[in-house]
Amino acid sequence: MATAVTYDPMLPHPYLVQSVSKETPDTFTLKLAPEPGANGGSFRPGQFSMLWVFGVGELPISISGNPAEHDQLVYTVRSVGQATNALVSQRVGAGVGVRGPFGTGWPVDAARGRDVIVVAGGIGLAPLRPVVYEVLKHRGDYGRLVVLYGARSPHDLLYRKELASWAKQKDTQVLVTVDYGGLSWRGHVGVVTTLFKYARLKPAQSVAMVCGPEIMMRFVARDLLSHGLSRNDIYLSMERNMKCAVGFCGHCQYGPHFICKDGPVFTYEQMRPLLEKYEL
Amino acid sequence: METLERIIADHPFFAELESYYTGLLTGCAANVRFQPGQYIFKEGEEANEFYLIRSGKVALELFAPQHKPIVVETLQDGDILGWSWLLPPYLWKFHAHAVQDTRAISLDGKCLRTKCEQNHDLGYEVLKRFAQIMERRLEATRLQLLDVYAVK
Amino acid sequence: MVAESVLATREPSRSEAVSQEVQAILAATELGTLIEALLHRGYAVVGPTVRDGAIVYDQIESLQDLPAGWTDEQAPGHYRLKRRDDDALFGYVVGPQSWKKYLHPAEVRLWSAERKNSTFRILNNEEKVRAPQAFLGVRACELAAIAVQDRVLLEDKYRDPIYGSRRTGAFLIAVECTQSAPTCFCRSMGTGPAVADRADHLVDLVLTELQGSRGHRFLVRAGSDRGAEVLHEVKTTPATDADRKEAEAGVEKAGSQQVRGIDNSDVKELLYRNFEHPRWDNVAARCLTCANCTMVCPTCFCTTVEDVSDVSGVHAERWRRWDSCFTQTYSYIHGGSVRTSVKSRYRQWMTHKLAAWIDQFGSSGCVGCGRCITWCPVGIDITEEVRAMREGASHGNP
Repeated sequence: MATAVTYDPMLPHPYLVQSVSKETPDTFTLKLAPEPGANGGSFRPGQFSMLWVFGVGELPISISGNPAEHDQLVYTVRSVGQATNALVSQRVGAGVGVRGPFGTGWPVDAARGRDVIVVAGGIGLAPLRPVVYEVLKHRGDYGRLVVLYGARSPHDLLYRKELASWAKQKDTQVLVTVDYGGLSWRGHVGVVTTLFKYARLKPAQSVAMVCGPEIMMRFVARDLLSHGLSRNDIYLSMERNMKCAVGFCGHCQYGPHFICKDGPVFTYEQMRPLLEKYEL
Repeated sequence: METLERIIADHPFFAELESYYTGLLTGCAANVRFQPGQYIFKEGEEANEFYLIRSGKVALELFAPQHKPIVVETLQDGDILGWSWLLPPYLWKFHAHAVQDTRAISLDGKCLRTKCEQNHDLGYEVLKRFAQIMERRLEATRLQLLDVYAVK
Repeated sequence: MVAESVLATREPSRSEAVSQEVQAILAATELGTLIEALLHRGYAVVGPTVRDGAIVYDQIESLQDLPAGWTDEQAPGHYRLKRRDDDALFGYVVGPQSWKKYLHPAEVRLWSAERKNSTFRILNNEEKVRAPQAFLGVRACELAAIAVQDRVLLEDKYRDPIYGSRRTGAFLIAVECTQSAPTCFCRSMGTGPAVADRADHLVDLVLTELQGSRGHRFLVRAGSDRGAEVLHEVKTTPATDADRKEAEAGVEKAGSQQVRGIDNSDVKELLYRNFEHPRWDNVAARCLTCANCTMVCPTCFCTTVEDVSDVSGVHAERWRRWDSCFTQTYSYIHGGSVRTSVKSRYRQWMTHKLAAWIDQFGSSGCVGCGRCITWCPVGIDITEEVRAMREGASHGNP
């Protein structure tokens, strides 16, 4: 029996786990689908869901799947504590509570006709992957696509096969680096900012979307500015504690912004006065 | 095919350097090529030249007891390799290991530093440029040290 | 966007003109009849009453429950009940509680769920039908605070159905202040002590307690149609000019008694540009992060959620509780809290209340009730902190 999805943002809806695959020793990708008969929904790249594990807790997780696939929600989760560990330990067929999608998304519409620079650090590639899917799906609507991705070490790299296939696309450059190379890594070593000089950028016509640890985003934004991008063409995805995701619990406030509803995506112009404030 | 002079003069590092000096540098420059796996220089050796990488990849490595070489950074097209030739004791502080087939232009650092000693204006121009490179490397290294992706 | 379709429709605003010029006199004893009339209409009447050495809000059944003859003595970090030498029913200022106790409850269950095979079901969580509430004794500052919380919880991107269901149909009876405590500063915040006539009919009835030569009575006016209807069920006599003047004088006296204030002309920019002002270190040395201020503040709305399940793991519930930005874990994300120092937490509270709130919701978050000053164990005074920052002073309390 079909059940209409009632989008009360406070109630979790059961989605069933289709698969859990291991990306790195501590990071897993979950694919969820609505229960049989229930409708799925759509999301915009950059949005997130609140995922609930029965009796354990709820977490904000960025959606990292393909926005064109309406009956599936994909999340890449790093297991760092009790709740994330419970999430990645779910078996196929288990019900996970989903609320959302919430938040503002990446400017995939505003970026049409322009070059898109995606800069990701660590797990930050997960919320940016939907942007790459969107750009590749509507390839003709966008200019060049440059993907710059840095991780801690080679075995922390996400989506390696996809990165390789993206690199083969028309007008697309993919550069990957690690902080620590290890024994057999033949690729680039250095923080992600060191990749800029190898990227073929046309700053005046570029829109940059950046996601990663806050320090990394600060340095990346500064470097992008020194390469000639404007503050309103650099977008960051911010993160703070979240309990409700609907602007009522107050926890995610960052200056005057509620990250859950005014963000998580903001322009560097909006973030610049806040990023340098310690303990804001 | 580009001449050495053109390549050197066009490189951002040498921009706005008087043509007399770029001419001087060109006079002591040479095209070089390194095979994958070849060491360009090793820690402790005398540092008398530096390199302008044209293509390929070079890994900067450090050795520590009980460790295989640790790659601290990699350099590619357009990067300048090596600055230990400029400051005493003029010894390399790390290994430079060509990871891929690498083509570069080698420049006579010993000659250039002698000229810097004689002509302090030139010395200032050269040091200014190296200070910029060092500052960027320091910033990147510090960021690397922070281990931002680690789980706390 | 999908989530926005959840915005439930708001209560239609009353557009009928309500004559707010008509004022009447209600004898003090007739207030009991008013309470009965409300009870008769099915309202649960909530009002002030004496308990545990304070005037708190609780359900009341009759006039006898009101704090007749009591007043409150307030100062930074100080609150005592004192006997008056008359029988005024509303002869106090404000107690530790505010109407958010009822509109935005401290503890509420959001939903419950049960396991079903490998998945789960949200159980029918219809709230049991609750009686509409009548709030008796709403001060001007509290009325302003309700309007502030309406803006936050009903009129932003999402709507809080819990606040909404309690707020809809709530009957508000304001009582104007005829005295202020030293901690009050509603006048400087533009929220009182007079209860202004409002186009949005926020208030249903407005009372001003009078104890002059004409006896113990109330000047009353209706602020809404239903307020006028209820008024028809009690005995009133027309108000005279003398009555009106006595009421005005009482409210005027309350205003002139206020010794504190915040200069709001540029307070937002003042706080934004003084993120690193040394005064923050000064207040941090005194603040205990006890969170009293956030609990007594009538506009603070932060909450947290707690997921619990029973021992068998079959039944789970999510509860919502008041939270405070002063707690150590409030800003926790993986790796640690963002605001660990006391300084950063106090600064967050004050900057949000007086500055960021304006950018977020179009008005200050502070209504000048002074509770945070009274109930701070060390007597931190938000008005003094603003002044100290403006004057550049960094010495401590006298």
